Amino acid sequence: METVLKVENLSASYRKNTVLQHVNVNIDSGSLTAIVGPNGAGKSTFLKTILNLHPSLTGSVSYFGQPLSKVKKQVGYVPQRGSVDWDFPTDALDVVTMGLYGQIGFLRRPKRSHREKALAALEKVGMSDYANRQISQLSGGQQQRVFLARALVQDAELYFMDEPLAGVDAATERAIMSILKELKQLGRTVLVVHHDLQTVQDYFDHVLLLNKTVIKHGRTEKVFTNENIISTYGGNIQLLKEGQGHVVHTLH
Amino acid sequence: MWSILSTSNTQWVLFSATILGIAAGIVGCLSYWKKQSLMSDALAHAALPGVVITFLIIGEKNLFFLIIGAAISALLGAFFIQWVQSSTRITEDTAMGMTLSVFFGLGIMLLTVVNRTAGGNQSGLDSFIFGQAAAMVRSDVNTMLALAFFVILIVIAGFKEWKLYLFDPSFAKGLGLSLSLMNVLYTTVLVTTIVIGIQAVGVILIAALLIIPSVSARYWTQKLKTMFLLSACFGGISGAIGTAISAIGRGWPTGPFIVVVAALFFIISLVFGKEKGILLKHLQFRKQQKAHSQEIGHHPVFQKEGK
Repeated sequence: METVLKVENLSASYRKNTVLQHVNVNIDSGSLTAIVGPNGAGKSTFLKTILNLHPSLTGSVSYFGQPLSKVKKQVGYVPQRGSVDWDFPTDALDVVTMGLYGQIGFLRRPKRSHREKALAALEKVGMSDYANRQISQLSGGQQQRVFLARALVQDAELYFMDEPLAGVDAATERAIMSILKELKQLGRTVLVVHHDLQTVQDYFDHVLLLNKTVIKHGRTEKVFTNENIISTYGGNIQLLKEGQGHVVHTLH
Repeated sequence: MWSILSTSNTQWVLFSATILGIAAGIVGCLSYWKKQSLMSDALAHAALPGVVITFLIIGEKNLFFLIIGAAISALLGAFFIQWVQSSTRITEDTAMGMTLSVFFGLGIMLLTVVNRTAGGNQSGLDSFIFGQAAAMVRSDVNTMLALAFFVILIVIAGFKEWKLYLFDPSFAKGLGLSLSLMNVLYTTVLVTTIVIGIQAVGVILIAALLIIPSVSARYWTQKLKTMFLLSACFGGISGAIGTAISAIGRGWPTGPFIVVVAALFFIISLVFGKEKGILLKHLQFRKQQKAHSQEIGHHPVFQKEGK
């Protein structure tokens, strides 16, 4: 299968702490991958570093065999919801339209066709009734869907999403997952930072177990085993039946 | 008393103070959403030593050169803040506080030296502290107007890009918008607005003209464009009225009057503002309270027997 993302020997740090070291990963085209690991394992940093939003210490990243700067339009990113100030005076449609700024061109104004595209994306995430709603008045799940719609209008080949299912209600989770599956059916590649070990097997066909470095990566049924989960979470985990796990605190 | 307002020079000064207020109102909105309101204050104070040193070098009060000196000094202040923050354990607000006071102290020290030694050429540099719009001559006004229009144009032309940059810079970068270019542009328009304002408003109070109109505007709208427009209006009107009052008073400093007028706009906005203004919030709460208590009153459980 074709490799759309190739990460070689990537390392990154925050001030004194090395958060990522020697990360080597190849992501296949059309895969839906969960990035799983404990808090502080460097999951978000991994995304930010390969997207050049955080400086890397060493290593190289190539997309479709090219550097990111050449293929920016093919790559979509859904940051964590908390990364922006939702009190910003704008509405949902406007935020989604931001995803089209690359296509609109700098210093140009959006046209009617762009507006329609943005509306269609809102429709897709079940938010068309909220197009003109102030973003501060949206619930957390609705805000997350607006972010997803903003990424969808980019019509990218490869998507990165940072915890899109964190703190959302069941309806939003279903809406988001059905869109991820649809993207997969269209042959798009999606990487998702995911925190809920219970749903990994249901939602994703590939898993990347990450804790500062890649512990294991591959098809979910092969890689998402008790043994691998334990080595990723360093023993702070209580395994339930069928290989599902809960993260628990160590008391000693 | 009113005749002074009809002279040609005063009218030009009034006009330029209005345009300055508009530019400051617009740039203030950028600072507001970059959450860097205090930065403008630090940079304004940091501009003072540059003004005095330039005066010492060229020996005359030519606003164009003084502005360049002020800009260099303010930028040095900006780099200093950046450097302290990134290479020491000192946080941004402390770094700004330090820069503000140290640069301003240095400026006042130099100013004292100049005033003692300049002899007959009473420099008039004192007016840079609280602002003296009436002291501007026609060439000063031209310099100021040209730069203010430049600032306004940059913000209007790239309004869509500014919006993206202020709301979600990481996403902007992902789309290929150069953050370093936007940062340079932001610093440029901020410093330009500050330095063209130091003659009319003064280094101490120019930051108020950047901060107050934008927070006042926030009380009236939930649209970014409207916020920019309102902030520009508040800034422009404050500039005009403040300058007019100080011109009537002859020799009164301009900065304080401009800021007091801007503050009046703020108080009105704070109380009557349609978005979370105090009065509206109170009325809405009362209405809810009333509706709620009536609802409970109708509930059979709460009705007294015999009623």
